[in-house]
Amino acid sequence: MSIFINKDTRLIVQGITGKEGSFHAKSCQEYGTNLTGGVTPKKGGEKILGVDVFNTVKEAVKETNPNTSMIFVPARFASNAIIEAAEAGIKLIVCITEGIPVYDMMNAKKAVQLNGARLIGPNCPGLITPEECKVGIMPSNIHRKGSVGVISRSGTLTYEAVYQLTQLGIGQSTCIGIGGDPIIGTSFIDVLEAFQNDEQTKAVCMIGEIGGTAEEEASEYIKNHVTKPVVSFIAGLSAPEGKRMGHAGAIISGGKGSASSKMQALTQAGVTVCENPADLGTTIKNIICR
Amino acid sequence: MKIHEYQAKELFKQYGIKVPASILCEKKEDIEETIKNFMFPCVIKAQVHSGARGKAGGVKIAKNYQDAVKTANEILGMELTSKQAGTKKVNKILIEKAVDIDKELYLSLTFDRANEAIALIISNQGGMDIEETAKTSPDKICTQLIKDNFNPLQTVKKLGYNDEINSQIVSVINSLYRLSKEKDALLVEINPLVITKQNEVIALDAKINFDDNALFRHEDILALKDEKEENPFELQAQKEGLNYIKLNGTIGCMVNGAGLAMATMDVIRLSGKEAANFLDVGGGASSEKIEKAFKLLISDENLEAVFINIFGGILRCDFLAEGVKNAIQNLNIKVPVIVRMEGTNKEIGADILNHSGLKFTVVKDLNEAIEVIKKI
Repeated sequence: MSIFINKDTRLIVQGITGKEGSFHAKSCQEYGTNLTGGVTPKKGGEKILGVDVFNTVKEAVKETNPNTSMIFVPARFASNAIIEAAEAGIKLIVCITEGIPVYDMMNAKKAVQLNGARLIGPNCPGLITPEECKVGIMPSNIHRKGSVGVISRSGTLTYEAVYQLTQLGIGQSTCIGIGGDPIIGTSFIDVLEAFQNDEQTKAVCMIGEIGGTAEEEASEYIKNHVTKPVVSFIAGLSAPEGKRMGHAGAIISGGKGSASSKMQALTQAGVTVCENPADLGTTIKNIICR
Repeated sequence: MKIHEYQAKELFKQYGIKVPASILCEKKEDIEETIKNFMFPCVIKAQVHSGARGKAGGVKIAKNYQDAVKTANEILGMELTSKQAGTKKVNKILIEKAVDIDKELYLSLTFDRANEAIALIISNQGGMDIEETAKTSPDKICTQLIKDNFNPLQTVKKLGYNDEINSQIVSVINSLYRLSKEKDALLVEINPLVITKQNEVIALDAKINFDDNALFRHEDILALKDEKEENPFELQAQKEGLNYIKLNGTIGCMVNGAGLAMATMDVIRLSGKEAANFLDVGGGASSEKIEKAFKLLISDENLEAVFINIFGGILRCDFLAEGVKNAIQNLNIKVPVIVRMEGTNKEIGADILNHSGLKFTVVKDLNEAIEVIKKI
């Protein structure tokens, strides 16, 4: 088992004819993901990577029966792309696009909830179930199949953690980047719940960062519901207050959202918190092999 | 994006929110002419992107013409220092008619992350630091999330004013909400919103923060940007499409990805130093962009060393190495450069650096980087 994606995933890519969209659709396909089609308005009828391009998600759903969509549409159109996917009945929507306005995301999230879909992201690297299925932009070759579930708000920092694990011979069940924006579809808690219920996952690596209170809420959840060991790193201990550190969501405001408050909450919930990101791999290894 | 009080008040006027009569002055030689026909008493207010301007001496009342000219001359051009914004030069002042204040309120609409909705916050304790009020007397603050059937009256009624005042406050709130939605504002704050002795509700201050990601659809708002308020390094970076924030340490760093960039700053701190900057070159950077980023980085005079930490996924290590090599050759860099590269094409990247004839310290992981930085 794994979570959210596996061998049965049937993927379409919205924005498949763009530079980023086609590059990553190809990489997912090469990894073994079942790419059933793509969507780009006004390009319906074309073919790319051996699959058909459709004008709308609705047509792609009718013709190719996908259950998952990955979105590479430019920020100003991306919220509409999410809404379109949700309304067409796609159950897992992974939005890679960065820079979607907050007001647009408030609307998109409502549509996702209304249609009973799950959104991952936006502004995220996607997710991968090693050696089965990739729906994202992460470098494929650093992953190995195994028993550690990885959740993160960041992209490259996740690769760092996964790389450390793989170097130590420890594989992953599923790795998910939930995104660095203030409004995201799937929270730490949603993923923790899924990992707790997943037989393949024996331990969880959770990477957070400054801003918001998602890690504090996750701590509460872990305390009450997660029995599997969790190891964590929070980026931004050295970040100044009031500055947005790259991710739209990574800002400490009014004393809230600091790395130390998050680390404290996690420690109190029984999570092993690493102060040095270089120690993530070995810390997890020590816990699993104990 | 932030704008000045006088700009925010112009927007308020467009949305039907009352503000005091005022006039802007940008040059010392214009002060006397500007003030000559104005009404007294008046308030002279420094226009800088900073909170707590009053405490810092940037807001003063003047009783008459002579007093106003003297005060205006003091404030225009002064260096205003606040805890939030550091020290900033005052390039503009707003001269505003004083009003007869009866009550001071706090009012804001702000994006509430935890609830993923806009929240209305209103309080009878206006004029002071709202975060302080929230700590000392949270019962004095009323909040309401803006959902589909938004009716601010029920919240406003809790403040205990009469119907006429309530309806004026509700009208201000509705205008603010319309402004937020139409202009993609994530914070609109009036502190204080005053009730005058003549029973008028007037915005004495105005603060608006806009969603940077939505500026593409608001040319009018983008035109309000005051480049003098921005850090020159950060402004340059924005123009190059780089994500850069100036910090106070001595180790420059260049990283791909915001999360890894923050983690790299943390690693620098673990080695006993502080980062001189946050710099995320992004996922698909070309070697030209890397060179530009490097140039920006080393224009900081406080640098003791540069640490490059790249996890190449989309960004290929050979592009990185090429860009760094070119930058170092063209710029005559004196400080040591530490490089850690992992991921796509790292062998080719290492080869480029090793054959460049330039001096690098190549480290294999973050722990080794910590050891090297410690010794600087």
